[in-house]
Amino acid sequence: MNTTKDIIHTEKQIWDLLSEIPDPEIPVISITELGVLRKVNILNNKVTVSITPTYSGCPAMKTFEDDIKTKLKENSIFNFEVLTVLNPAWTTDWITDEAKEKLKKFGIAPPINGSEDKGILFGSTSKTVDCPLCNSKKTKLKSQFGSTACKALYQCEECLEPFDYFKCI
Amino acid sequence: MTTNEALVKYCLRIGDSSLILGQRMAEWCSKGPILEEDIALSNIGLDLFGQSRTMLTYAGELEGKGRTENDFAFKRLERDFYNNLLSEQPNGHFGDTVIRNMLHSAFYFHLYSALTKSTDSQISGFAVKSLKEVTYHLRHSAEWTVRLGDGTEESHDKVQESLNNIWEYTEDLFAMNEVDKVLISEDIAIDLNKIRPLWNDTINSIIERATLTRPEDGYMQKGSLNGMHSEALGHLLTELQFLPRAYPQDKW
Repeated sequence: MNTTKDIIHTEKQIWDLLSEIPDPEIPVISITELGVLRKVNILNNKVTVSITPTYSGCPAMKTFEDDIKTKLKENSIFNFEVLTVLNPAWTTDWITDEAKEKLKKFGIAPPINGSEDKGILFGSTSKTVDCPLCNSKKTKLKSQFGSTACKALYQCEECLEPFDYFKCI
Repeated sequence: MTTNEALVKYCLRIGDSSLILGQRMAEWCSKGPILEEDIALSNIGLDLFGQSRTMLTYAGELEGKGRTENDFAFKRLERDFYNNLLSEQPNGHFGDTVIRNMLHSAFYFHLYSALTKSTDSQISGFAVKSLKEVTYHLRHSAEWTVRLGDGTEESHDKVQESLNNIWEYTEDLFAMNEVDKVLISEDIAIDLNKIRPLWNDTINSIIERATLTRPEDGYMQKGSLNGMHSEALGHLLTELQFLPRAYPQDKW
């Protein structure tokens, strides 16, 4: 912690500062671990922060933006702009391994990398999603759409608990 | 017509279709047949609203008259909307919704696949993003089409009727005008005649797997490109636009 009001002026410092911002729905992971924060740029003393949405309609995007603005202002950075970039499109592959571990501890099965959840029409059911609560492999997809846009609903057939699975896109 | 004018209209076409179908999905909220489906339909609506916001915002930027996404959504009249006729058709029963969404998302799946190669970077970025979402929507409605079509005799007959009833609105998806001509020449948009066979293959395979019969083309409704809509749109807009029209000065 800085006790004096140091002026933060490098891109790395701002990146680290913004890394403290948690996801509003999944507070155990930050916006950098989630892969939503894409770039911090400083040009002529103006800070440009680029973020990308997880899903087009994700209501958390507005919160991300507001939290970033608040964080910058709290640190006496007033000359900034928050840009939303669509390309390259967000993918669950950007979620860091540490964040996946945190998701699991939080009770959300993390996305299984490199395996698309979506056959164009009829999905294969070959993927095994481990229950984040009892680690059983006997789990069943209940619905492709869960409590938020980014999650699917599963149920464990051993401990019978329903749980969220962070679906791959 | 300049490229810019054409692109504004093109964005409205896509943005309006997402908005109107999104509103239809929102109508299901708290009324789904089972909890999982209630959540699924609302989630699909959320994706569609998100897609619409991107397109309507971009249309406003291109137009340069200071109109925002909210102005487009809440301050236009029925005749100024360019959404396809399929998107505005009423929800009916769950099977009606499933069939409409299946036909709609199959079209957008192929359209967005093609638009990922658009020479306009906003359009291509939007298409890459939206394709990921519409893939889930298509799979959801395709799986339900099969479950209902190849379900009981009653569910089969009901969704066959849904398909027969809505069929006349499918041709409007492929309508093109001067806007397309201008944008195709610059590789910003895609010739919808190239999408048609892909759409046919997709829906034919779903219909076959669902043991349903593809209806014959009869009289096919058209007109959305000129703002000519079915009677369903006006009613939808009264609900969608009520709040901002009743309290025009209020902010979110």
